[in-house]
Amino acid sequence: MNGVHDIGGMHGLGPIAPEPDEPVFHAEWERRVHALVIASPTRGNIDAGRHQRELIPGPDYLCMSYYEKWFTALTQMLLQGGVVTAAELASGAPDPAAPKATPRITAEQVAPALSRPGSYVRETSAAPAFKAGDKVRARNLNPTGHIRLPRYVRGRAGVVERCHGAHVFPDSHAHGAGEDPRALYTVRFTARELWGPEASARDSVSLDLWEPYLERL
Amino acid sequence: MPHDHAGHDHEHGQEPPSDIALRVKALESLLVEKGLVDPAALDATVDYYEHKIGPRNGARVVAKAWSDPAYRARLLADATAAIAELGYSGGQGEHMVAVENTATTHNMVVCTLCSCYPWPVLGLPPVWYKSPPYRSRAVIDPRGVLAEFGTELPADVEVRVWDSTAEVRYLVVPERPAGTDGLDEEALAALVTRDGMIGTARL
Repeated sequence: MNGVHDIGGMHGLGPIAPEPDEPVFHAEWERRVHALVIASPTRGNIDAGRHQRELIPGPDYLCMSYYEKWFTALTQMLLQGGVVTAAELASGAPDPAAPKATPRITAEQVAPALSRPGSYVRETSAAPAFKAGDKVRARNLNPTGHIRLPRYVRGRAGVVERCHGAHVFPDSHAHGAGEDPRALYTVRFTARELWGPEASARDSVSLDLWEPYLERL
Repeated sequence: MPHDHAGHDHEHGQEPPSDIALRVKALESLLVEKGLVDPAALDATVDYYEHKIGPRNGARVVAKAWSDPAYRARLLADATAAIAELGYSGGQGEHMVAVENTATTHNMVVCTLCSCYPWPVLGLPPVWYKSPPYRSRAVIDPRGVLAEFGTELPADVEVRVWDSTAEVRYLVVPERPAGTDGLDEEALAALVTRDGMIGTARL
């Protein structure tokens, strides 16, 4: 979707404000939101979570802090997954008729689970269409659903640098349509191709793009 | 800054808890009462992200790459495996790529679409990395962003920006500072900064 989250290339959003000796969290509620997002059985996945944050209305998205967005998206996912009901959220108390669940993770299981190596690579029978060195163009795609092709590269020409194998495809995965693995490539675009002749002739931007986002040049 | 209006609650001061703090507490209580989450597991999760991971992990990776040419070669060839050799792995570090700064190339990492960041080696990202000013300008004006961080890059140095649009995560390997020949890995690691490994600073 062409939401305000797709922010690359905009001007006028203010100065960058590094904070000296910044703490990991700025408030106790941020700690709890982070942990709840990790531990809650939302029945969603990482791509669905990202899409939920993109669905926050643009003006709110720009004014919310990171953890406010996380909290808003978590609440939505819990509701949509039927994990909690709107009545329970409003009252703060569990529905007396609902059976009591068992937490899916205990304190002892946390560190091993969080440090376990994972992978988004999946075996597929389809051979990748492109190889390193191929010239490609990012397609001009404008779906209303989830997509990880920023607007600033759509229609632009670049060169494939590397193929990462078939990765879970967010455009499907975010919408409950399965992992639908597709070949993932690092594609390099020159700064001039993206931003015009005023940009440095030396500079470039590389993005990781799935095969359905690309066409051969 | 936009994150300030609710980014700091007042639980430790005289003022009552903020609305967001109350809402988060209510949701946690509901999930605990329903048996969906274990509060001790939430505490352990917070502890993990606050104390077990952070930029010191990445600094050890960089220092080893500076000291050990064979490790550097493994890191550049397969960063996920080389980083796992030091015991760092897990969510948001599943597919690592190390990009090396040289006298003629400077690398800088961003996530324009959200806030993707290599958690196992750098910890959770700072607020500025997650905020619209950095996410918007890193790709269109990386030299201006670097200048804002106090680094004026010579025009003849190439800037490579990496926009983390998938589950690949990037770690910048800064140039080893001059005059550090006699230092061991631990002393070298102390020189490596978080911003150096994001690419918004040079060491």
